[in-house]
Amino acid sequence: MDLQHTQSPAVQDYTPELRALLLDYTLQLADTSLILGHRLSEWCGHGPILEQDLAMANIALDLIGETRSLYQYAAELEGKGRSEDDLAYLREAVEYKNPLLVEQPNGDFAHTILRQFLFDGFHFFLLKDLQNSPDQRLAAIAAKAFKEASYHLKWSSEWVIRLGDGTEESKRRLQKAIANLWMFSGELFMMTDTEQQLAQAGIIPDYATLLPQWEAHVAKVFAEATLEVPQNVFMQKGGKTGRHSEHLGYILTELQYLQRAYPGLEW
Amino acid sequence: MQLTTPKLTTEEKIWKLLEEVSDPEIPVLSILDLGVLRQVQVQEDGRVQVTITPTYSGCPAMNTIAADVKLKLLSKGFNNVAVDLQLSPAWTTDWLTPEGKRKLEEYGIAPPVEPNGDIHALFGRDPVVRCPRCHSENTKLISQFGSTSCKAHYQCEACLEPFDYFKCLK
Repeated sequence: MDLQHTQSPAVQDYTPELRALLLDYTLQLADTSLILGHRLSEWCGHGPILEQDLAMANIALDLIGETRSLYQYAAELEGKGRSEDDLAYLREAVEYKNPLLVEQPNGDFAHTILRQFLFDGFHFFLLKDLQNSPDQRLAAIAAKAFKEASYHLKWSSEWVIRLGDGTEESKRRLQKAIANLWMFSGELFMMTDTEQQLAQAGIIPDYATLLPQWEAHVAKVFAEATLEVPQNVFMQKGGKTGRHSEHLGYILTELQYLQRAYPGLEW
Repeated sequence: MQLTTPKLTTEEKIWKLLEEVSDPEIPVLSILDLGVLRQVQVQEDGRVQVTITPTYSGCPAMNTIAADVKLKLLSKGFNNVAVDLQLSPAWTTDWLTPEGKRKLEEYGIAPPVEPNGDIHALFGRDPVVRCPRCHSENTKLISQFGSTSCKAHYQCEACLEPFDYFKCLK
């Protein structure tokens, strides 16, 4: 890609410490949208109906678009000559920083919808605040992605209601998805050291302020979907610090295959 | 209008030229109609800087548009052209020109409709979209996600025609 972004903040004006923190955070956001986008793309050609197949491919495309902007910024912050492609295709699983939720397998349609719904709510409220970040580049990427995330959240919320308050079978499947996936929702809001430092510096929102907004939205949608919000579930964590489930290795094997097998190959 | 500086004339000439560059996915629209072309600057040394913005983050047409812009300008003797991508301010359907909206409807794509109230109201009612074929307002949303990122999928209940609706993005 030879398109250059304008409006780069003067990254050279940041202290090395701040640059390192921003790099770590930007990579984490990029990894998250890349892995979820990849998962959604696995549905392409397999959706239950054409319209929803297209919807998932569209959302995947939005997420991959956001990913590219983030990796491009990360590459500039790092300043070591690595490109967005190097960051996506040539890092190991332990270097990936996405939360465990987004690497969970698609399962059935209800499982994919619930995973998307849990993430979309987090994504929506995070981007809403991140648009006001004093870091201009993150703010611009967030402003762009926020408009898209609004459509994603609307779509997944409507599907949770449709399946939860649908047939016995659709409800059973969604409840099974909740039993499988709820334990991964907590990690979205657990702040890493990097996130805490950036929040203290006022560059990203404090996730403690996002959680109640997310909970209120989930409660509202679950109530309409006639579903119970799980209580006192032990929350899994690790992905954001590089400790992943085995699923990520399989994703990367497929995602990185071409660059691993034929280094430097271009279209 | 009398133009005072030659620099302005060149920039205006380039804007005019770029009216001929169309969106690869909606070829009836130029990148001006679409609001994707944001800025044209001619530097002292003759270098031309063109700034474009994507409609959606993942818009796969951006590379093609950038290449088309360069080719178009090259064919008119501008050899030193750089195309930049600008994310902020984020593209909005407000930037579609009235001419663009008219062309869209003629082409069979319903243009964006101003929503009543806040687009971010998550369960807000969908806007009334007019069928581009028979102009009936009796239409229904099939899916928020259509043939490209910027479109939703609708169907007309009057003439039964399925059609694309250019989603309102604020």
